[in-house]
Amino acid sequence: MRILVVGGGCGGTILANNLARRLASEIRSRKVRITMLSASDKHMYQPGLLYVAFGQMMPDELYRDQVSLLEPCIDFHVDPVEEFYLDQNKVKTKSGKTHEYDTLIIATGSRIVPEEVPGLIEGSETFYSETSAVKMFKRLREFEGGKVAIVVGVPHKCPIAPVEITFALHDYFKARGIRDKVHIKYHYPIGRIHTIENVAIWAKPEFDRIGVEYETLFNVKEVDVENQVVKSEEGTETEYDLLISIPPHRGMKVIEKDKLGDGGWIPTDRYQLTMEGHDNVYVLGDTTNLPVSKTGSAAHFEAEVVAENIASIIKIGAPVREYDGKVYCFIEAGHDRATYAMFNYQNPPNLKSPNKSMHWFKMSYNKMYWTSVRGLL
Amino acid sequence: MSESKTIDARDTFCPGPLMELITYMKQANVGDTLELLSTDNGTASDVPEWIKKVGHEMVSSEKVGEVWHLTVRKTK
Repeated sequence: MRILVVGGGCGGTILANNLARRLASEIRSRKVRITMLSASDKHMYQPGLLYVAFGQMMPDELYRDQVSLLEPCIDFHVDPVEEFYLDQNKVKTKSGKTHEYDTLIIATGSRIVPEEVPGLIEGSETFYSETSAVKMFKRLREFEGGKVAIVVGVPHKCPIAPVEITFALHDYFKARGIRDKVHIKYHYPIGRIHTIENVAIWAKPEFDRIGVEYETLFNVKEVDVENQVVKSEEGTETEYDLLISIPPHRGMKVIEKDKLGDGGWIPTDRYQLTMEGHDNVYVLGDTTNLPVSKTGSAAHFEAEVVAENIASIIKIGAPVREYDGKVYCFIEAGHDRATYAMFNYQNPPNLKSPNKSMHWFKMSYNKMYWTSVRGLL
Repeated sequence: MSESKTIDARDTFCPGPLMELITYMKQANVGDTLELLSTDNGTASDVPEWIKKVGHEMVSSEKVGEVWHLTVRKTK
């Protein structure tokens, strides 16, 4: 049995490690082989970028060598897939090698596409890459006051990020003693200030309390960099001195190129996490087209289900679990308080008041992630 | 040639039905029709509100059993 994992991010790594432990004896007896193909020899803890943007973490704290996170029996290659041949159960990589498989897991993730909004790259700061997060921090340090606008592209990874960055900006300027010189205006694509109704119900009075203005039904269309104006698809516009953006995302180019899914999102069964029309192909995390948050948390819970099912199919010939849509997201409500949202397909999150304990739990999790991604937590 | 697409946003709290519709609207071509399936009753008012403000066309809206079927057309 040849199991091929394409993608070495959060979902792919948790799945491969989980599977390696469940199938340890089968791997030792050479009945099963697990191979992982990734684009990088480094693994990034992406939620840490939010802290880099405020000088609270250094970029080098976000990385580990990918091979150090994997069970030794996993055959790891830095050699990204460039062509999928699903009808022939094989892939071709950048180096020209062909890998055949019996079971394939696609966990290639997503990418930011700020270039799809004219002016967004030149006109805004963001924190969705190491380079941009460091640049944003330097820009914030130099900012002495004026109009700050926050805009949100669709779709985007980490749905909580827009409210987190808003609370963090408030606390940052307050700590620098210039909050009274800064006007913060938050813009959101739908008709309330967050897509999760209970988050919106909680965040709205918080925004009122800390003096954050908000405009809803604002889908960013273009940025007039010269005149420092951001315009919406809905016909409104906002002037800014500092524009912070959550960039829109797409799936990886190879997914679109090989026509596996529009926008780079692969049609996926919401319970079994198999690719539609391909029972031996599983899809994880951001790569799916599921109506589920694009977060490491979703990828984590999906990976556990897929690992358990692949192992049980090998051992007893049938899957044993279904993914119930579970997501758990920390919500940083500034620099010293946090809460969380936990939900699934059937049950909405029930938000608790932010507190310092949850913030310190989140700070601890920033370190514990490396245990989590090894499949131990 | 315009196309029709169905977006299954039943039983979702995040990103939610309207956010799903916006995602697919961005990928669609002018003239394409999108049918949004949603079990969230708020969708029945949220979607027409956005469609009116942004300037696309609301084609139909009906509830079949527990599921809302909202059809919209991209016009720009």
